[in-house]
Amino acid sequence: MYRISTQSLNTLFEEISRVCTLYIPSENKKGDSVYTRYETGVEYSNKLNTVRSPKDFFFPQMENLMEFKTEGKTVQLIDIREETEDFVVFGVRPCDVKSFEVLDNVFLNEPVDTYYKNRREHGVIISLACNRPAETCFCGTFGIDAAKPEGDVSAWMTEGYLHLKPNTEKGEKLVSAISGILEECDDTAVTALQENINNIMKKLPLANVTTEKFGGGKTEEFFNAPEWAALSESCLGCGTCTFVCPTCQCYDIKDFNTGKGVIRYRCWDSCMYSEFTKMAHGNNRLSQKERFRQRFMHKLVYYPENNNGLFSCVGCGRCLAKCPISMNIVKVMKTLGGKDNG
Amino acid sequence: MQKITRDLLVEKAVSLLENGTVDMVLGWKKGEFDYDITPAVFADADSLKDFVFDDFCGANFSKYLISNTKKTASKVLVFLKPCDTYSFNQLLTEHRFDREKVYAVGIPCDGMVDIHKIRAISGEGIAKIECGEKITVSTIYDETVNIEKADVLAERCVTCKSKKHVAYDELLGEDGEVLESARFDEVEKLENMTADERFEFWQGELSRCIRCNACRDVCPACTCEKCVFDNPASPVENKAAANSFEEKMFHIIRAFHVAGRCTDCGECSRVCPQHIPLHLLNRKFIKDIDNFYGEYQAGEEVGSRAPLVNYTTEDLEPGEAVEGR
Repeated sequence: MYRISTQSLNTLFEEISRVCTLYIPSENKKGDSVYTRYETGVEYSNKLNTVRSPKDFFFPQMENLMEFKTEGKTVQLIDIREETEDFVVFGVRPCDVKSFEVLDNVFLNEPVDTYYKNRREHGVIISLACNRPAETCFCGTFGIDAAKPEGDVSAWMTEGYLHLKPNTEKGEKLVSAISGILEECDDTAVTALQENINNIMKKLPLANVTTEKFGGGKTEEFFNAPEWAALSESCLGCGTCTFVCPTCQCYDIKDFNTGKGVIRYRCWDSCMYSEFTKMAHGNNRLSQKERFRQRFMHKLVYYPENNNGLFSCVGCGRCLAKCPISMNIVKVMKTLGGKDNG
Repeated sequence: MQKITRDLLVEKAVSLLENGTVDMVLGWKKGEFDYDITPAVFADADSLKDFVFDDFCGANFSKYLISNTKKTASKVLVFLKPCDTYSFNQLLTEHRFDREKVYAVGIPCDGMVDIHKIRAISGEGIAKIECGEKITVSTIYDETVNIEKADVLAERCVTCKSKKHVAYDELLGEDGEVLESARFDEVEKLENMTADERFEFWQGELSRCIRCNACRDVCPACTCEKCVFDNPASPVENKAAANSFEEKMFHIIRAFHVAGRCTDCGECSRVCPQHIPLHLLNRKFIKDIDNFYGEYQAGEEVGSRAPLVNYTTEDLEPGEAVEGR
């Protein structure tokens, strides 16, 4: 394990950005934390969550996939893929790190999504343990340890020091490239912090929400549950929950006619939207109740069914904080999971 | 003045349910915490145990009347704050729901608070919030913070335009007055900027937009059955902004579309996950309409003809409007 004084955080950022592009959480003028490309003067924000999740780094909201040019009767397909530059993301919370596993299952299994893979391979994640979780946090529900963040390099902020521990080859490589400013240390301070975090996690208001009732094979049990009607009653059908969610990964592919050719692009889509997965025969989910149900069934039943029990929620709490009508997965889990849940 | 409490509203709701005046109640439902309230339909006295009314009940129920008046066999009970009544009237003007299907109870409001402003002071980990003139926030980290309510008022409540209810069947408490608010001050600041400064301001704000459409979906003036931006058959459908022009286009077009119909209820800015001050676009139109055609408040009365859809020979010529700026 290595450490650097927290007073020298900027030295660390300067050093990393000499190696490659670095993104750190920084406050915007509204006081919200957002991942910002580091350059001298950009200040690190210790806020718990960024508004948008770090999935943007691997799966941006909008990206061009390919271009077509037509000349007479020939169509030329232009591959616009380029190798992404190496980059480091600092300060990714344990829940968000786990979200990459959820996304990897979707994009890196056959057929591999080369656009995602390209970015994923070039990204180095420095995670950061959560010293002060929020009341909206429930990562523990999904077996995530806020005191033991995963990622290429794990980091902890203890009194006066930032501790770093590389976990992967990419992480080792990064740490050795900046080893000049780091000092080796034991894990006493980190162990003490972890114990403290573990105690906090136990008394979080959502600490007792469990996934026990959910998982693969539960479609029959929940699909026609009468509770969906009241749960979705006031849903606006906006895409806030899906767009701030670190694990929502649905997208739409469209063609844009530039006048001289066609650009095929993809952009995030939301199962909350009325035109989501519209097919030739029409739309398969006609009411907001059905759309709402789809989102939560996907996270709590369909995804785990297809991915060895892994849930596609990491308990980051963004939807709890951002939904305009404060309806969210915790309320769904408590309503459908019975009185004992939470 | 009669203090409007949660119990008073529940009592009202129970009596109206029991005497058969209404068969459903639109109200605010308790959440996991003290601030995450969900608009809900309550169908019986028993379900009203989860009904809450406090400083976090900002949600405007007027738009929910469109769907719920179609479901009721008698009437829907709706509680309306003064600002909500303007949206209520505007929807009636546009024939969006059947007035006969609604029993509206006006409730006075001394301003709702903004949880984001509270959290900026208290920090993460809110365990309990006690509302009152002073707001007491306790955290799971055993801290207690006392906050003046005035310091954490929702932005739209800071510049509240009216404490007067313009629609109700029954009013609880006393009615207030239309206020002399400073709501156009921010618009004036923008008007006084150079074009470049103004462009930079809106570019900075709107570049944060994630196109979640929450502003549109909550807006009581946005009641199209199918929004043009959602319609794949329209040439302008878009789910994500392709560039910085499209970022602005959606919001500016929406502001044009609701011009003259927007009551300035402020729901758009309240729900924006990125804290974009969208209401300023609408307020600019309201201010211009006031200047060009005389003062007009959408939703003040049912059936009023808004200046933009009411041609008179005295109307300004477009050229005059631009020069008159």
